[in-house]
Amino acid sequence: MHVLLDNLGLFRRGFVGTVQLTVVSATVALLLGGILTLFRIGPVPLLRAIGAGAVTLLCNTPLTLLFFGVTLGLPMLGLTDLSYFTLAVVALSAYSSAFLCEALRSGVNTVDTGQAEAARSLGLTFPQTALLVVLPQAGRAVLPPMSSVIITLAKNSALAGGFSVFEMFTVEKTLIEQGYAVTTVFLWVGLAYLVLIACISAVFRFLEWRLAVPR
Amino acid sequence: MAASGFPRFSALVTAVCALLISGSLAGCGKEGSPPGSVTLLTEQRTAGLRYSVAPRVPVGDSGALARAKARGSIRVGVKSDHPFLGFEDPMTGRRGGFDIEIATMVAARLGFERADIDWQTVPPQGRETAIAQGDIDYYVAAYTINEERKKHVSFAGPYYVAGQDLLVKKENRDIRGPDDLTGKGVCTVAGSTPYERISRPRYGADVISHDSYAQCVQDLVTGVAEAVTGDDAILKGYAAQNRGRLRVVGKTFSKEPYGVGLARGDGGLRDAISEALTHHMRTGDWRRAYKATLGRSGEPPPRPPEVQRG
Amino acid sequence: MKGAAPVLFDAPGPRARRRHRVYGLLALAGALAVGAAVLLRLSEAGQFVGAMWEPFTYRGVQERVLRGVLDTLKAFGLAVVLSLVLGVLLATGRLSSHRWIRWPCAAVVEVFRALPLLILIFALYNMAGLRDAVEGFGNALRNGLGAPGDWLATHYATPTLWALAFGVALYNGAVHAELLRSGARAVGAGQWEAAYALGMRKRQVLSTVVLPQTVRAMLPGIMSQIVVTLKDTSLGFIIMYEELLYAGKLLAQNISTPYGYPYLPVLWVVGSLYVVMCLLLSLLARQIARPRNRREARVRS
Repeated sequence: MHVLLDNLGLFRRGFVGTVQLTVVSATVALLLGGILTLFRIGPVPLLRAIGAGAVTLLCNTPLTLLFFGVTLGLPMLGLTDLSYFTLAVVALSAYSSAFLCEALRSGVNTVDTGQAEAARSLGLTFPQTALLVVLPQAGRAVLPPMSSVIITLAKNSALAGGFSVFEMFTVEKTLIEQGYAVTTVFLWVGLAYLVLIACISAVFRFLEWRLAVPR
Repeated sequence: MAASGFPRFSALVTAVCALLISGSLAGCGKEGSPPGSVTLLTEQRTAGLRYSVAPRVPVGDSGALARAKARGSIRVGVKSDHPFLGFEDPMTGRRGGFDIEIATMVAARLGFERADIDWQTVPPQGRETAIAQGDIDYYVAAYTINEERKKHVSFAGPYYVAGQDLLVKKENRDIRGPDDLTGKGVCTVAGSTPYERISRPRYGADVISHDSYAQCVQDLVTGVAEAVTGDDAILKGYAAQNRGRLRVVGKTFSKEPYGVGLARGDGGLRDAISEALTHHMRTGDWRRAYKATLGRSGEPPPRPPEVQRG
Repeated sequence: MKGAAPVLFDAPGPRARRRHRVYGLLALAGALAVGAAVLLRLSEAGQFVGAMWEPFTYRGVQERVLRGVLDTLKAFGLAVVLSLVLGVLLATGRLSSHRWIRWPCAAVVEVFRALPLLILIFALYNMAGLRDAVEGFGNALRNGLGAPGDWLATHYATPTLWALAFGVALYNGAVHAELLRSGARAVGAGQWEAAYALGMRKRQVLSTVVLPQTVRAMLPGIMSQIVVTLKDTSLGFIIMYEELLYAGKLLAQNISTPYGYPYLPVLWVVGSLYVVMCLLLSLLARQIARPRNRREARVRS
């Protein structure tokens, strides 16, 4: 118990770091994932190919490699003012966007074809059909897989601690270096993640309940 | 479609495998170390260093020394990632640097040839355990003597007095000491003593931290950081690796006496190592080793420190 | 999307096709412009100078990279085997009719699925127990097997390898267990009843009737989780297990050029090797998981 109480400040800073990283990356990832989905379901063949290529590449790149590339590559491009937090957000959101795109795309298939056909017969263009009619309904259907992608994102954010961002993994490293018992530190840090993940699934369950439509 | 799927795939696999294997195994590569690699730069200078091996050293009452004699090899703990200080070549596994030379000259005085040394890379978090458990006989790797550590291990030395310093680009004239860092990006290794010190509010530095000094040096070269801070011995190594491009400011703001770590209470070994250090400082071996390694940074050799007795 | 009539948009006519081609080319031109700008900036930053790439022409460097690949595959292989074994054990445990087996197994699965893998690996790496066990294992090999034992001990009795392999296996084993369990529940009740009617015991039913069908049904999921396992192996980099990324880092730090260390060139080489390995495994996974390449269940005939 005293591991937690003696280092409350450290734990708080780490937890806030992990939460910030998760929330910001999740938002950016949703945006990117949405754009990728539009590319992949859209009528332009070349964009479909680009979208598919990006998703395949991102799904087959280890996150560690992506972190490495982003933290070493972007400063090399002259973007030396980006903080490591920003770089971590870039890596995490790019990685998760591919999985979100897959989730969203599977959701598009669950939307009744009549919906899109009705939208088209009203004269809506593809962006209108996709953004106003299909994706909102698809989003509702894919809340469960989306929540698991976001939970994975929260867990993956630990890697940012290996790349100079202060979050829960940094707390684990620091405390173990200070000589606290490994198991105790592990339990407390693990508990912090369990709490975070419970919160994320609660939010998604709330959304599911709020957005549920009797069919 | 169904029939063509599998052959096409296996053809792809074969092609990629062939490419990988031919690239790596066919021996199309050049022999030796690439230019600019640490080993090449170190070995040009350290090749001439010889230490006379003492014949028939009495074991005395040192358990570790007696076991080493029986084994015919001495186990030395070092680091592998500090160029010109304690470095292991990633390709050949050969070691070089100032700490390596110190360890070698100590071993010579204890009666062991260079070839009789069993080098072990010991990460910082495992060193006290490795020394206490007898995994290594002694440890030479930028190891600062302090009271806290003396509770767990014994020290011989010091053999070098380091201090926290700054590494900057050669043309940088603004940074002359730790007080010129306000608002500037300063990089160091996460969780280290230099990290604690430079994070103090009085310096006002914008601290960046990494797992290794090399990544900090990369940040310095690309302009992400304006200075790297750490022990001057470590920084001199990077200045030596990047000679003509980086330099050590030379105004230390802490005192870090480096000692040889050994099992607590092994007085016999401790005295033998202290005697060895004093001997090699007197004969000039110490100075030659410094010039061949950290001296490449352009920093003149300091006076060897007084070895503590008793 | 290919073949089936598009649902989200009208089948494009000649004008729309021309417009789409323009959009596509614009996007491509944009992407190419960004790519060119990136290459230009990199070349300004000296990333294409000969000195940055020259190390790769040396045999020692090539062999070191190859050793990195082999070390990655070594950890990956161990992790896959361990995770599959663990997955089967935990899944059977969760299907047990004894509460005192079912609940602990459920707890293990849920906890390890919820923990970040890195946190787990780092904790394992720092546990004295694991270190001692690995060391004991190494000594036993050395004393018991002579020269081959020596070789085994230096290559397999390293704490970093086992911390990585156990960590990755615990997480992925928990995932496999969930997959298998959901697959086992999908096996129809008739199968159970028929097997019981033949006089089989529960263990026999599980191992000879349910598990084979489950594995076949869940193969796609299991295979894609194995790709994840390969990607997870790259976390060994953080605990200094000398896999491909770590080897690359060491190689880069060894060589200094006026433009810094050749981190990016090394990353290009090492990174593409990693991605190619993952892509090949993904392709293989898709191939195996494709229904027509699997033997149909004989029961049906």
